[in-house]
Amino acid sequence: MNVAAAIFVDGLIDASWLFIVAVGLTLVFGVLNILNFAHGSLFAVGAYTAASAVGWYYGGNFGPAFLGYFVMLGAALLVAVAMGPLLERGVLRLFYRRDEVVIVLVTYALFLILEDATKLIWGVNPYYAYEPYGLLGNVSVFGLSYVGYDFALVGLALLTGVLLWLGLNRTISGKVVLAVIHDRDISGAMGVNVTRVFVLAFTFGVFLAALGGAFTAPKISVQPGISISVILLSFAVVVIGGLGSVEGAAIAALIVGLARAAAIHLMPSAELFIVYLVMALVLALRPEGLFQRTTTRKI
Amino acid sequence: MTGRVGTLGAALLAFAALALLGRILPHWFVLVATLAFAKGLVALGLVVLMRGGLVSFGQGIFFCAGGYAAGLAMRSLGVTDAVLLVALGGALALILGLIIAPLLAGYRGIFFATLTLALSMIAYGILDKTYSLGGSDGLNLQAPTFLTYQPQTSQEVSYALFVLASLLTAVAAALCRIHFDSIRGLLSLAARDNEIRVEYLGASVRWVSGTNFIISGLLGGIGGALAALSLGHIDPDFAFWTTSGEFVFLAILSGYASVTAVFVAAVLLELVRSFSSQYFPNTWQGALGIFLLLVILFLPEGLGSLVRRRRRTAVKPAPKPVESVK
Repeated sequence: MNVAAAIFVDGLIDASWLFIVAVGLTLVFGVLNILNFAHGSLFAVGAYTAASAVGWYYGGNFGPAFLGYFVMLGAALLVAVAMGPLLERGVLRLFYRRDEVVIVLVTYALFLILEDATKLIWGVNPYYAYEPYGLLGNVSVFGLSYVGYDFALVGLALLTGVLLWLGLNRTISGKVVLAVIHDRDISGAMGVNVTRVFVLAFTFGVFLAALGGAFTAPKISVQPGISISVILLSFAVVVIGGLGSVEGAAIAALIVGLARAAAIHLMPSAELFIVYLVMALVLALRPEGLFQRTTTRKI
Repeated sequence: MTGRVGTLGAALLAFAALALLGRILPHWFVLVATLAFAKGLVALGLVVLMRGGLVSFGQGIFFCAGGYAAGLAMRSLGVTDAVLLVALGGALALILGLIIAPLLAGYRGIFFATLTLALSMIAYGILDKTYSLGGSDGLNLQAPTFLTYQPQTSQEVSYALFVLASLLTAVAAALCRIHFDSIRGLLSLAARDNEIRVEYLGASVRWVSGTNFIISGLLGGIGGALAALSLGHIDPDFAFWTTSGEFVFLAILSGYASVTAVFVAAVLLELVRSFSSQYFPNTWQGALGIFLLLVILFLPEGLGSLVRRRRRTAVKPAPKPVESVK
């Protein structure tokens, strides 16, 4: 019983940040039809920026401790505003007419470049942003002690999911985005400014990646290599859930989180392997992922 | 028919030239070229797939299978013959391809790419934790022998391996050229352009994709065994996605127009890598990324298109501009 409870709680916590990152990836795929390998690097940039900002904030005693969370949020916003339009307008735009696999390779090149850029800016030594982690104290669940921050992260993931769903389904601009996802040519013909939707959606995707990075930073040591593990995991989540599906990303993040937690508790050697096993199984049974709507074949 | 004989003749000439060159070139270059040829073989397999409109992000699984087949045969069975080891590597990858191909042949585009990626990452995950196969440290290989020839110095070994790699490269390139120009090879191009049309004409896209995948697996296994022999080492990183990404990089860089371009690109890339990792240890990946972006932007059909473009203009000069009628 205790192990099952631990697996459940650990899986939930793991799923929370995974969902924030993966939903950004899936949104970018839905709108721009790009599977962005550089998403993991943007996560890393967010984590580094937040770690630096948090270090600066707590080092200088600028105000109450809890404002550190807003500093992290600000760091994620900064990354999104700086990187989103730059990458979309500066690079990706040039390749829209190419095959979707070629664009994957373009983002792979971006991943390589960003990887070295982060090393140049922040060096190779790990950063720690531990201050915000302890602020919320400890919580006891099923007789196990957890850090309160982890549950705040679950709350943040829920909030992100709900806001995103409401934003997409209950606002005019969200419905415009859905229209572009459905058919970009027709929406363009109806007067939608598709270019603007592309820039905004990509920037929002970057924001979600950076947000995931910023709020994960206090839990981990921020160092080179985190982008690879993040992109591999969020990639699996997005494929399992169905490319472009927000609900799918939520369910898949939960599945992946629980599978990983189960592996860590029961069979530590299978941690990475199990994620891909789940992904291969899902793809073999439902090639389009769990939540992908069927599309008509265009001849 | 003369086309086939011509292709094989050109391949043998290229092999002879390479074997002679290997005697003159410095030792380090021979080492780099052997590894480049090994990787070029894998990329050639990917080019076979790409002609059919599919890209695999998991060719590392075959590369790895070939390498481990060679490493295990050497460790457990005591086989030291390089020719036999490479054959074993190819055979294991071929069997793997035969098993996987029917499962994957129905998938297209991004789903094919992600499934192959998943499979190779599963292989990576398993190998990384299988301590009887060396875990993440992998296996070491000793210097191989070549049929009856037993090289004494390490220089001799690397030259002999280089000759073997050149031979395999030349033969594989020639056979692929012949395959590309055959009816089945041309069907791949048709499937790439429009699958539905190919199906209506009575051919099976599934069958074409499956065959291409098996060929790419065989080439991947041979390349993996060669790479393991030339490095003297094999570890799970052979199946890691960055390794597979490198093969996609190579295939895109060379394009699908020319088989020679694949190996030229492979040698170029290996040279760039060994120089820049020596002189710019922290930024060479980024440089590689910029290089890749530029190639995709300005040479959408790869290096091979350069050769073809020149040949075409040489044969057929540009038509004279027609005087405009007012």
